[in-house]
Amino acid sequence: MIKFLVYRVATIVPVLFGVSIVVFLMMKLIPGDPAEALLGPAATTEKIEMVRKSLGLDQPFYVQYFRWLWKVLQGDFGSSIAVNVPVAQLVWPKFWNTVLLTAGSLVICIVVGLGVGIVSGTRQYSWFDRISMSLTLIVANTPAFWLGLILMVVMALYLGWFPATGMYSMRASSKTWGDLIHHMVLPAITTASVSAAIIARLVRSSFLDVIRKHYITALRAKGLSERDIILRHGMKNAMPPIINIVGLQVGYLMGGALFTEVVFSWPGIGLQIYSSIVARDLPVVQAAVLVTTFVFVLVNLGTDIVVAALDPRIRRA
Amino acid sequence: MSLVNVPVKEQTAGLTTAADAAAEARMFRRPSEWRIFWEAFSQDRLALGAATLIGLVCLASLLAPVLSPYDPTVGDNAQRLAPLGTPGHLLGLDGQGRDILSRLLWGGQVSLIIALLPVTVASVISVILGLVAGFFGGKVDMLIMRTLDVFFAFPAVLLAVAIAGVLGPGMLNVMLSITIVLIPYISRVAYMATVTVKNELFVDQARVSGARPRQILFHHILPNTLSPVIVYGSTLVGIMIVLGAGLSFLGLGITPPRPDWGIMCSDGRNFLSVAPHVSAVPGIMLILVAMSFNIVGDGLRDALDPKLRR
Repeated sequence: MIKFLVYRVATIVPVLFGVSIVVFLMMKLIPGDPAEALLGPAATTEKIEMVRKSLGLDQPFYVQYFRWLWKVLQGDFGSSIAVNVPVAQLVWPKFWNTVLLTAGSLVICIVVGLGVGIVSGTRQYSWFDRISMSLTLIVANTPAFWLGLILMVVMALYLGWFPATGMYSMRASSKTWGDLIHHMVLPAITTASVSAAIIARLVRSSFLDVIRKHYITALRAKGLSERDIILRHGMKNAMPPIINIVGLQVGYLMGGALFTEVVFSWPGIGLQIYSSIVARDLPVVQAAVLVTTFVFVLVNLGTDIVVAALDPRIRRA
Repeated sequence: MSLVNVPVKEQTAGLTTAADAAAEARMFRRPSEWRIFWEAFSQDRLALGAATLIGLVCLASLLAPVLSPYDPTVGDNAQRLAPLGTPGHLLGLDGQGRDILSRLLWGGQVSLIIALLPVTVASVISVILGLVAGFFGGKVDMLIMRTLDVFFAFPAVLLAVAIAGVLGPGMLNVMLSITIVLIPYISRVAYMATVTVKNELFVDQARVSGARPRQILFHHILPNTLSPVIVYGSTLVGIMIVLGAGLSFLGLGITPPRPDWGIMCSDGRNFLSVAPHVSAVPGIMLILVAMSFNIVGDGLRDALDPKLRR
């Protein structure tokens, strides 16, 4: 296990290094000179040259890259072009809001995905199985931004059960968890929808797989109750692929949250990336993409370790 | 039947001349691969229905210039936001008084191309990358697959949005960003298939029989890598239709007044409480088409895999 752990942790170093290069180069691909863009059309050539020098843009690419990386490693992402504050100050609180939304969505994903999947998997071809599997097929192909709009129309505008936008009530005197959760329900359902459907389908097939194994038949012959067989013995072997897909879905949730955040004006990192792209505020986009990807890589690492801890066969491979 | 004949064909391929092989093929009267595939696929009613739906939507979009009752970019302000079933406007009018049915037809062209073309291009590139990496192994494998790992590390939606955002709006840029996002995913599928097939006994047999690496690569390995890529690709088309529409929804895709299903959803956002159909209709279209590609993908998987054929 320790050998696996060391190996797996070591593999993310070159990946993260590569990610930083891609993010750096991506921003270099943008047409136009940032110094000119910064100074506007009235700038003189000398002035542009001066700004270029002060930004380090006259240096070769690799020098610029390592300077940038060195700063990033110290948590300095430069300052935002649009609002002129340090990027880190802008990005971190937004990131926290996205983590909250992702966590809420993940809870829905796991509860709905596991619940529907287990019931369907243990009652194959029952009416519940047929209906829920047709529904998951539809939901898995529903665009999140569209589902968000529909939920907003039905649940917020017509029924008025939940607020349509934002994270806290404007009129509330203080930020409470209850208010937050009330605001989070619709965005979390929207973000979770596709992943929950995918997880439900996978849990079902994973259970169908396990339930046909001989050891389950042996346990039935032994006289164990169906509940014990499924929850105690079936679960153990069905779990590794499920944890794997749940881990992958966390990354999907963080990316997919972008659409939800735009639709519901949830002040998260996705909305920040979107509005920064619109404002061409590239240092912010750069930092936000980098931070999100970094967390995504760490989540995948964590998932792999958990799966390996549960399944000795994977450790040895 | 097909299970018995496949090894015979593979074994003789390296040994005999083309003329012998042709004579043998005539002797066996083996149904063509297409025939076998079609017989399996047409058994699957759901997949057949989904494929028909896709065909109809493609045809209707292609024929948009003929079928579309109105100009999709010119509105009739007097009747704006008219509901479903308005005489002369079956699916109603949007916020600028434009006929939704006409926009749906024209928008279909964009929404389908925006997914189909990148998936095709990315599949071709990925098959080459996966094949080369898997077949040659060693340093080539390291270089290709580790580079792709870097792109794999990004959440896909985020990468697509970032690339499309950096490049700026426009149809070509959207397709480029979707292609870049897809390559690592499809390459992994092609790579895994190549590595698996490379270690099969029939490949050893071909090598022992004196087949050159080029023959082994194109004649024995490539055909076996293609079917998982085709299956995966057809599922991806559905997902990419949704992603492409999402980029347009954000304003990072197609530039108005040209319609696409994502922009149409976005257009309706301001009238949700008075005219929800403006957003709802294109969204339902997206779901139907994306789901159909998904079902066809599953059908293809079952039909192409001899082990799953009933």
